[in-house]
Amino acid sequence: MNIDFTQEELDFQQEVRQFFAEHYPKDIQEKIKNNIHPTKEDFIRWQKILNDKGWLAENWPVEYGGTGWTPTQKYIVQQEKARAHVLGTIPFGVTMVAPVIYTYGNEEQKKRFLPDILESNVWWCQGYSEPGAGSDLAALKTSAVRDGDDYIINGTKTWTTLGHWAEWMFCLVRTDPDAPKKQQGISFILIDMTSPGISVSPILTLDEEREVNEVHFDNVRVPAVNLIGEENKGWTYAKLLLTHERTSIANVQNSKVRLEKVKSLAKETPAHDGEGVLWKDEMFRTKVANVELDLTALEYTELRTLAAVASGGAPGPESSILKIKGTEVMQAIDELFVELAGYHAMPFTQAQYHDGFEGERIGDWFETNTGPHYFNNRKQSIFGGTNEIQKGIICKAVLGL
Amino acid sequence: MDFSLSEEQQLLKDSIEKFVSSDYDFEARRELVNSDLGYSAEHWAMFAELGWLGMGFSEADGGYGGSASDLMVIMQSFGKGLVIEPFLANCVLAGGAVAELASGAQKEALLASVIGGEQQLALAYAEKQARYNVANCKTQAQKSGDGYSISGEKIAVLNGGNADTILVLARTSGVQSDEAGLSLFAVPAEAEGLERVAYTTVDGFTGADIKLSNVQLAADALVGEEGNAFTALNRVMDRARLAVCAEALGNMETLLTKTVEYTKTRKQFGFTLSFFQALQHRMADMFVECQQAQSMLLMAAMKFDANAEDAGTAVSAAKARIGQAAKLVGQEAVQLHGGMGVTDELDVGHYFKRLTIIDTLFGNTDYHLKRYTQAMS
Repeated sequence: MNIDFTQEELDFQQEVRQFFAEHYPKDIQEKIKNNIHPTKEDFIRWQKILNDKGWLAENWPVEYGGTGWTPTQKYIVQQEKARAHVLGTIPFGVTMVAPVIYTYGNEEQKKRFLPDILESNVWWCQGYSEPGAGSDLAALKTSAVRDGDDYIINGTKTWTTLGHWAEWMFCLVRTDPDAPKKQQGISFILIDMTSPGISVSPILTLDEEREVNEVHFDNVRVPAVNLIGEENKGWTYAKLLLTHERTSIANVQNSKVRLEKVKSLAKETPAHDGEGVLWKDEMFRTKVANVELDLTALEYTELRTLAAVASGGAPGPESSILKIKGTEVMQAIDELFVELAGYHAMPFTQAQYHDGFEGERIGDWFETNTGPHYFNNRKQSIFGGTNEIQKGIICKAVLGL
Repeated sequence: MDFSLSEEQQLLKDSIEKFVSSDYDFEARRELVNSDLGYSAEHWAMFAELGWLGMGFSEADGGYGGSASDLMVIMQSFGKGLVIEPFLANCVLAGGAVAELASGAQKEALLASVIGGEQQLALAYAEKQARYNVANCKTQAQKSGDGYSISGEKIAVLNGGNADTILVLARTSGVQSDEAGLSLFAVPAEAEGLERVAYTTVDGFTGADIKLSNVQLAADALVGEEGNAFTALNRVMDRARLAVCAEALGNMETLLTKTVEYTKTRKQFGFTLSFFQALQHRMADMFVECQQAQSMLLMAAMKFDANAEDAGTAVSAAKARIGQAAKLVGQEAVQLHGGMGVTDELDVGHYFKRLTIIDTLFGNTDYHLKRYTQAMS
């Protein structure tokens, strides 16, 4: 056992740090630092730069354009990304659908879809949840009925993150309504969002932002060649995707940077009684310390998981811990930010957190965004399988209950 | 970065776990707890023979290991079976202090007899008024002829009743809480003026409160340099903290396993307890706490072995976080066992007792949380 980086790893750390310093667009960095919402163009511009360097598809096998990084290298990259306030990669293409395509897709599909994912030419979204199928995802009803060379799709998908920007959707549909188990009648299909019969309507979240959508399918024709793997085996493919989603969900390095921000702000923020600074308040510091302890433990839990993945393939059900603790920590930090903002958590000033705002700004830092951010981020313990669902997975798959 | 055990560590772990699972029966342990000695002399001789007692010491000190990760492997395995033999008192606390401070013939003599299992040691540092602050020491050692005269009172001396030699921390200069001016003395347990009240602890171990009244010692009773014991002792404390954190992890792992097994067999309302989601999620929480505890322990042990600048803070982080985990896992294990959980007959409650006392040992959760909070930049 040892905790040190090797010389090669230290060199790699330098290389990554230097690359971000030289190639990460400053205008995007300023937005992230100041909680300004990035635009679709920002994401695409940055992902193209990352891909030109060969660093976009961190987890893909090398043969498809992956990095071949060791767990330690991935950890270093996460650290450097957080340190430089690097805009996150949109997960739907690179992290979520791509592993399903290269694992279960045919050669034709790999050739057709993977290059465009690497080049960020196509924006993907996820069609999983439905109004009647949330935690009980396998209860989904959106139907796909074979008609010649096509499937005809009818139904509604919901919570579709950034679906209004998406060109393609990977979607779970019911192809066998009579299967003995509900998991057995589900298929995994790729849908062109410009197909006739698709409509996308916004759902505003607590910050009154459009992030998620409802997507309606009214007799939408999808070519059968867009089906991944075998008909009715989609649940197996979807589960692979969910474990991949869960390992990236802990956000440890971002939380570390945000907690450091909490500390530095607390040193300048007056205490609750206006006497001295908040950082001198024992109660506040103890709260920060407790979050930091959980975060440190989580960091090493994640490292252990990465090491296990390196020696044994796909992440196991233990990745549920990362989801539970990762989101608990994020939300605890959100609360600390609201507390720091004090009265300036009150003004609702969403416009000033969007591109092109030219009015008078309220608040010294992103004080007025702490509330909306906190409210919005309650989603963390809900999406990707609620934390209660994660506990269920631990009980079933780890504890054998 | 590497989280795997070395081949030697893996072998050690396997052999201790085999001993614990096949030879360390809970009923037999109960008899040992109630015996005069409080542990098994046979086990102790076997530990010595297998080299386990040397695993707490470096090769230079005549041992076979000595790293924090070695200690972690041993203590976690002992924790799984609630082993009560006085490894912590001999090989981590008293032996550790000798290894840190003594030199030459004194070190050789004391450590060889500990590693060989021939002599029992104890470390007497704690005092009633000091709580968890090692520097807070009223026991005085005054020059007397060529040697010293020691007076004072020590409490919670682990293995104090059985020890042949007690290493006593005393002040040779300075005032009550000074870090400078502390010295360590090797005091024969039978020395005139030394009175000890031995007891069994609530978790089945043994300890003693000790009163020293003008105990006369020769000059060579001093271990290490006069007035310079604090830094070394602090290091010994940090190693001991890691050791009990590892033991707690072993305790928690066993409790989780036992609780899961129990709920799979116990039936109420026509179903096994494991069927009820209200209980399932509590076991998931126990699992998460065990994993987080293991992560904290690895982090702190690796930092300690790497001599990292923030090793002390890392140890406090681990002790505080594992203290929180221990409380949750211990209490939930008892709760989920229902009435059986509070019986003396079932081992579960005994693991809970040990976890509770481990939180107190070498500074509780709040003490270490405060230490951590103060170090936070």
